[in-house]
Amino acid sequence: MIYEFSSFTFSIFAAFVGSVLILSFYLGSKAKSAKAYYAAGGGIHWFVNGVAFAGDYLSAASFLGICGMIAFYGYDGFLYSIGFLAGWIVALFVVAEPLKRMGRFTFADALDSKFHSRGIKLTAAISTLAVSIVYLIPQMVGAGALIKPLLGLEHIYGVLIVGVVVTLIVVTAGMVSTTYVQFIKGSLLVVFCSILTVMILNRGLTTHPGTAEQPFHTFRILPAAEVLPAGVTELPADGPWKDKPYVRFKEADGNIAIWRKGPNGTLSETQVVTTAKAAGSKQMINGKPLGKGPDEATLYTVGNISKLPGGKTETGSLGPLEFFQTLQDSEVILWGTDTIQEADGKTVVYYQKPTSGAEVLMPGNSSTFKGIKSPKFTDKLDFLSLMLALFLGTASLPHILIRYYTVKDQASARKSTVVGIASIGFFYILTLYLGLGAMTSGTLDVTNTNMAAPLLAKSFGSLLFAIVSAIAFTTVLGTVSGLIMAASGAVAHDILTNYMQLELNDDGKVRAGKMVAVVVGIVAMALGVVFETMNTSFLVGWAFNVAASANLPSLVMVLFWKRTTKQGITVAILVGMLSSLLWIFLSAQAYTVYGWDPAKAIVPFSQPAIVTVPLGFITLIAVSLFTQKTGTAEAVAAQRAG
Amino acid sequence: MASFDSKDAPQPDTSENAGTIARNAFYGLILFVIYLAFYGGFMYLNAFNRDLMASRPFGGINLAILYGMALILAALVLAAIYMFLCRASKTEDAAKP
Repeated sequence: MIYEFSSFTFSIFAAFVGSVLILSFYLGSKAKSAKAYYAAGGGIHWFVNGVAFAGDYLSAASFLGICGMIAFYGYDGFLYSIGFLAGWIVALFVVAEPLKRMGRFTFADALDSKFHSRGIKLTAAISTLAVSIVYLIPQMVGAGALIKPLLGLEHIYGVLIVGVVVTLIVVTAGMVSTTYVQFIKGSLLVVFCSILTVMILNRGLTTHPGTAEQPFHTFRILPAAEVLPAGVTELPADGPWKDKPYVRFKEADGNIAIWRKGPNGTLSETQVVTTAKAAGSKQMINGKPLGKGPDEATLYTVGNISKLPGGKTETGSLGPLEFFQTLQDSEVILWGTDTIQEADGKTVVYYQKPTSGAEVLMPGNSSTFKGIKSPKFTDKLDFLSLMLALFLGTASLPHILIRYYTVKDQASARKSTVVGIASIGFFYILTLYLGLGAMTSGTLDVTNTNMAAPLLAKSFGSLLFAIVSAIAFTTVLGTVSGLIMAASGAVAHDILTNYMQLELNDDGKVRAGKMVAVVVGIVAMALGVVFETMNTSFLVGWAFNVAASANLPSLVMVLFWKRTTKQGITVAILVGMLSSLLWIFLSAQAYTVYGWDPAKAIVPFSQPAIVTVPLGFITLIAVSLFTQKTGTAEAVAAQRAG
Repeated sequence: MASFDSKDAPQPDTSENAGTIARNAFYGLILFVIYLAFYGGFMYLNAFNRDLMASRPFGGINLAILYGMALILAALVLAAIYMFLCRASKTEDAAKP
C-alpha cells in the first residue's frame, strides 16, 4: 500500500509544522512595522543570511521535483540541480552588487531608480506578479502531493488546505518567512538530506528492495518461450489497441491483464489504471476497483535494480564514488507511460523499461531532454533553452533579488552569497544520491514523480518519513508565503501607490495588499489543481523562462548600457513576458494539460528562453535607440531639473 | 504587512569607493566569463558529444557526473575567489593615502 494514514506519522508531522509556524508567527509579530522589518534584515549576520538564501531558494521544486525527476529519469533531474546553482553565479558576479548599491527594496524600484517612470513601475510590477504566479504553481502542486499520503486526502483537498492556510498566514501575520525561519528550514533540509544520503550509502544497492512491513512486488518479465498460466484467454488487438505493443488476457476470474511485448518476444508485467467517462464510475487498478478492501486493488510501489554487477543480489554499504560505479554497471527498471484513449474512457499503462545503469547516468531519458539523443539540431533546442533559462533565471527572480537588501553592506552580501552557494551546492550534490536512492528503493509511486523523496524516507521508517514530509511542507509554506507577499507587494506598492498614485494611508496599503494576497492565493490554488500531474521542477523551469525573458534584459542593460531608455525597458519587459508566456501556453506540455494532442502544438519546443531572452534584448536596444531624446536617464534628469 | 514609506527603505550602500566598485565589477565579469565558458562547454558536450560524456576518465565514473559535480564545486570556488579578491581590493584602497 503506497499511502496509508498513520496517526503516529501525522502527529510527528503536525508537531513539526506547528513548531515552525509558531516560530514564524512569533518572529512575524516582531517585524510588523516597515522599519522593524528592514532593520531585522540589516542586522542579520551574514552566515545566517547565507543559509537563509538556501532556505528561500530550495523550494518544492528543488527538493521534491529534482529528487523525483532523478528517481524516474536518472541524470536529467541532475541537470536542473546544475542549472539552478549556476544561476547564482550570474546573480553574484553580475547583478547583486549594482542592485545593492541602488539601495531599493523592490525589483521595480531598482529598474526605475534612474527614470521615475510610471510605465516601468507598472510593467515591472506586472512582471513580478506573473513570475510569482508561475512560480507558485509548482509549490502548490508539491504541497498537494505531500498532503495526499499524510492525510489520505485527494490532491485537490491538499492544495486547498495549503492555499487557505498560507493565505490566512499572510493576511493575519504579514511576513511569515522571516530570515530566521528560512535559516532553520534551510539548515534542516541540508542536515536531514545528509542523514538520508548516509543511510542510502550504508544500505547499498539490492535487487530485492522492501521489508516485512513494506513488501515489494517483483514485476515479472517472461522470456518468449514461457507459456502463460492456464485459464487465460488472449483478447484481440482491436480498436485503439491495434498496433500497440500489448497483449491483453482475460483471466479466469474475469479480470483483464495487460502485458507489454518486448524485444525478442518477451512479455513484461504492467500496471494499469482505467478511468471510465461515465459519472460516478470507480477508477480501476489492474482490472479491480480502486480500494483497500477485498476484490479491490491499489498500485504497487516500483523502483528497483534488476541486475547488479557480478550477479550479486546486494552490495552492502557503498562509498560515495562506489555508489555511482556500481550503479553504472547495473541494470535498473525505469517506468514508461502509455495512454490509450477508448470510447468509454481511457487506460493508462505503466510499463517496465529495463535500462542499463550507464544510460541512467546519462542525459536524455526524460521527455524534456530526449532531444539530446536526436541527431537533429532543432530537437536539442529544448535542452539548450532550458539550461539557458536556469542559468539566467535566478538573477531575474524578484523574490531572490530582494534578499540582497536585507544585509547591511556589499561585503555582507558577498559573504552571504558564498555561504548560500555552499549550502545550495552541497544540497544539489545530495539530490543525486537521494534521487538514485529513491529510484532503487522499491517505494516509488509510479503515478507521481513528486513524492519520490518522502517515499524514499518512508523506506527507512515512519519517523523519517514524517520529518522529511514536514520539512518539505514547511519549505512549501515558506516559499508560497514569500511569493504571495512579493506579488501583493508589487500590486500595493508599485501599481496602486506608485503607478496609480492613489493616496492610501498605511492601513489602506495593508488592506489592499491583503486583498491581493487572497486573490493571488485563489489563483494559485486553481492552478495547483490543474497542473497536478506535472513534475514541479519542470514547472519551475517555466518560471525561470518567464523571469529570464521578462526581467534579465532590462536588469542587465539598465546596469551596463547608458543609452537604455525608460521606453526601452517598459517595452522589453512586456515583450519578454508576453512572448515567453504565449510560447509556454502553445507548447506540447501545455497541450497535454488542456487534454489536446501534444503532437499538434504550435511551437516546436517547450522552453522559450533561447528565443525570448534575445528577443527581450533586441527589443530593448531597438526601442532605446529610437527614443534617445526623451528616454535616457540624462534626458529624464534634465526634464526634471527644467 | 510592512508598509513602503521611503524613510524605511534601505539606503544606498556607500561603504566602498568608486575605484573599489569598478575593480570588483571587473573581477566579477572576468569570473563570470570563466564560469560561462565552463557551463557552455557542459551544454555543448551534452548536446553534441554525448559519447564523450559517457566516457569514464576518472575513478570509473562517467564524464557527465564528473563535469556536473565540477560545475557545482566550481561555482563555490569562484565565489570564494571573488570574495577574496574584493576584500583584497578594499584593503588596498583603504591603505592608500
